[in-house]
Amino acid sequence: MTVAPVKEEKRVFMTGNEVVAWAALAAGADIMYGYPITPQNEVMHYWSRLAPRYGKSFLQTEDELSAGFATTGGVMTGSKAFTATAGSGSVLMQEPMAMAEMMRLPTVTIVQQRGGPSTATVIYSQQEVTLTTMGGNGEGIRVVYSTAGHQDLYDYTIKAFNIAWKYRFPTFVLGDGYQAKMREPLTIYDPEKRGVKLLQPDPFVGKEGEPGRDRPPAQYRNTYNLEEELYEKIMSDMKEFEENSADIAEYESSYTEDAELVIIAHGIVFRAVREALDNLRQQGLPVGAFRPVTLRPLPVGQIKELVARVKKILVVESAYGQIARLIKEKACGAACEIHTMFKPGIGIAAEEVEVRAKEILAKQ
Amino acid sequence: MPVPAMPKSWRVDNKPHKFCPGCGHGLVLKCLGKAIDELEIQSRVVYGCDIGCSLLSWDLFNLDTVQTHHGRTTPVMAGMKRARPELICIAYMGDGGGYSIGVQHLVGAAMRNEKITVIVANNTQYAMTGGQMAPTTLPGQKTETSPYGRDAETTGLPFQGAEMIAAIAPEGAYVARGSVSHLAQLTRFLKKALRNQIDGHGFSFVEALSACPTNWRTDAAGTWEFVEKDMAEHFKRGEIKIPEKREAAADA
Amino acid sequence: MPETTTKMVLAGEGGQGVQAIAEILAEAANEEGRQALYIPNFGVEQRGGVSVAFLQISDHAIGSPKFLKGDIVAALSERAVQRTATYAGPETVFIYDSAMEGVEDDLPEGAARVIPVPAMEVAKEEFHPRVYNMVIMGALVGATAVVSLDQAKAAIEKRLGYKFEKNPQLRDLNFRALERGIEMGRWPKGGIN
Repeated sequence: MTVAPVKEEKRVFMTGNEVVAWAALAAGADIMYGYPITPQNEVMHYWSRLAPRYGKSFLQTEDELSAGFATTGGVMTGSKAFTATAGSGSVLMQEPMAMAEMMRLPTVTIVQQRGGPSTATVIYSQQEVTLTTMGGNGEGIRVVYSTAGHQDLYDYTIKAFNIAWKYRFPTFVLGDGYQAKMREPLTIYDPEKRGVKLLQPDPFVGKEGEPGRDRPPAQYRNTYNLEEELYEKIMSDMKEFEENSADIAEYESSYTEDAELVIIAHGIVFRAVREALDNLRQQGLPVGAFRPVTLRPLPVGQIKELVARVKKILVVESAYGQIARLIKEKACGAACEIHTMFKPGIGIAAEEVEVRAKEILAKQ
Repeated sequence: MPVPAMPKSWRVDNKPHKFCPGCGHGLVLKCLGKAIDELEIQSRVVYGCDIGCSLLSWDLFNLDTVQTHHGRTTPVMAGMKRARPELICIAYMGDGGGYSIGVQHLVGAAMRNEKITVIVANNTQYAMTGGQMAPTTLPGQKTETSPYGRDAETTGLPFQGAEMIAAIAPEGAYVARGSVSHLAQLTRFLKKALRNQIDGHGFSFVEALSACPTNWRTDAAGTWEFVEKDMAEHFKRGEIKIPEKREAAADA
Repeated sequence: MPETTTKMVLAGEGGQGVQAIAEILAEAANEEGRQALYIPNFGVEQRGGVSVAFLQISDHAIGSPKFLKGDIVAALSERAVQRTATYAGPETVFIYDSAMEGVEDDLPEGAARVIPVPAMEVAKEEFHPRVYNMVIMGALVGATAVVSLDQAKAAIEKRLGYKFEKNPQLRDLNFRALERGIEMGRWPKGGIN
């Protein structure tokens, strides 16, 4: 009855939001819950058009609280459910995502960052890093991928479903308004044809048989009576998170071995850094670049090694210190100088990174 | 070029306003401006607007104004009124902000008979974000998230917001529905709603059927027809709840 | 290092088709096997703001969607001139419509070249005011040679073909306006290189 959405590899030219819809289809997602907020609306527009053709479902809820909680309900039935949001919607999403953290629910959420705080702009920022990594009232037991363009959006949206269902941590794909709205080429593909096995979800509730007679009832809670109970639960989850962190964490690095200055950035900003790096290296300057792909868990080992060895670090972001804070925490105690370039809510061009890098190299 | 007549409570220096050509907001807010002028309350009003096209009215009036978050204008204005009861607090929003994300706040405010005036401009979809389905979307109506037409089976029928408020609000509340196709009536309802607040009777609520030719993709005639024929089938104009004391007094 | 990336900024009033031109050029470049990155930029209003498009076409992978200075900047309205002057640097060719009034003070100083293009006049007198944006698109293609005429036409057909089916004269009108624009873009003394 339903046709496989992406059969053959195909080079396409589309907006990031459309990429997300296709990736979710390719990952075998069953249902999307969503609510309008710019700049992620088109994920819903494409999904609601494609859904009936592929036997998928869609629900526009009354708000993001509902979309997030509906997603938790969806995953509990053993369906690959996802949602998408941005800005003030991300703030609202924290309540359901905190529940997902506590109850180990494999939700997938795409976040297309826009200016903040509050309504700010509909355009772009990297100001939802803190929210997406640590936004609930807990310890941030979540997986967060920060994409740097359409191929990433496609690859990591597919991966998010697998990682979520494998490890049972709420998983996020952190994009931004530029990626959402821009058009660039990418290759869409059927993941299984590339040897990526898509995990089959199993239900938390509604399994076969009568509870109490044929099987124990599946009973889940997020409430605890005593401090000690909670402590045990959190410590157990964190242990599992930490034990799997090395497997989950991803990063990208260039020319860090001989660099005097390493530029650290994530997401779309890293593209400006790559461009600047090319120019700087062409001029013979000892610069390298490092990109955490997972913001949670961070590639801690690589970051610690970098800050222990390299003389200067420059952290560049379209926010006021949200990724810098995460890096500094891991860099604690290292001797390297940490410089920053904060441009909250505004895009960063390669030329700006280049100028700043040269300034830093010039200082002794 | 001569400046068109505008209510006294409107700012003139920053006109023309930013609404699309044919937008209902310009009409509803003109009626509101007239009502404020006639009641002579300009110096006591605080006007709140939501997120959505209503946010474009943040500097429309010569009134103290606060633009809030999506669906949260009602509690902001209710909070203001509780702290300073002599202010006339108006919460203005669209059908998305009012009947979707903000509906719980309408329930709370109506139930507590908060002495504020809420105005919901209903154009059957989320306009500013590009035309997604809303609780008020008509059956069969195509929107960005009901691309094949709204299916009442799976997504329900157009939400009767004013009727819901009337059912919840206690004695003393005023609830009405007007339309941009009947401006004199709409102005009258807005005046009565504000009068209800001024007199301290209780919650006042006016839904205004509004237009969005941009997302409806209609020309002038089509826009008019959609409001007067299609929307009118699902949303009835008139006063739905009037305080008993008011009926006795029967003022304008 | 040879500059193989062309960075373009286009701006105009909503409704002038700025995003359409940029998307069509991006599609054409992509079809030709070049790298293209197009991004729109506007505020909250559905209508009425200045519409800006950033477009990069290259032979190698494109970096940041945002850039500081364009190789070519085209302003289709007076407000667009004000909005885009900031993207004109010492290597930028800045084009605007010669019919615009009162923009002299807003034109970028220090741009490599500031060229008034009689696009609206040509559109009105030789074609139809509605293909103003097609003339501008032609001027950009003529000045930068980022895509071939054939690919540009194919991309226009892809996007507007449904309108042309209903009214085949529109196809001819748009293509001729495009070609006329290309002619204008190549004059004087060739484009931006």
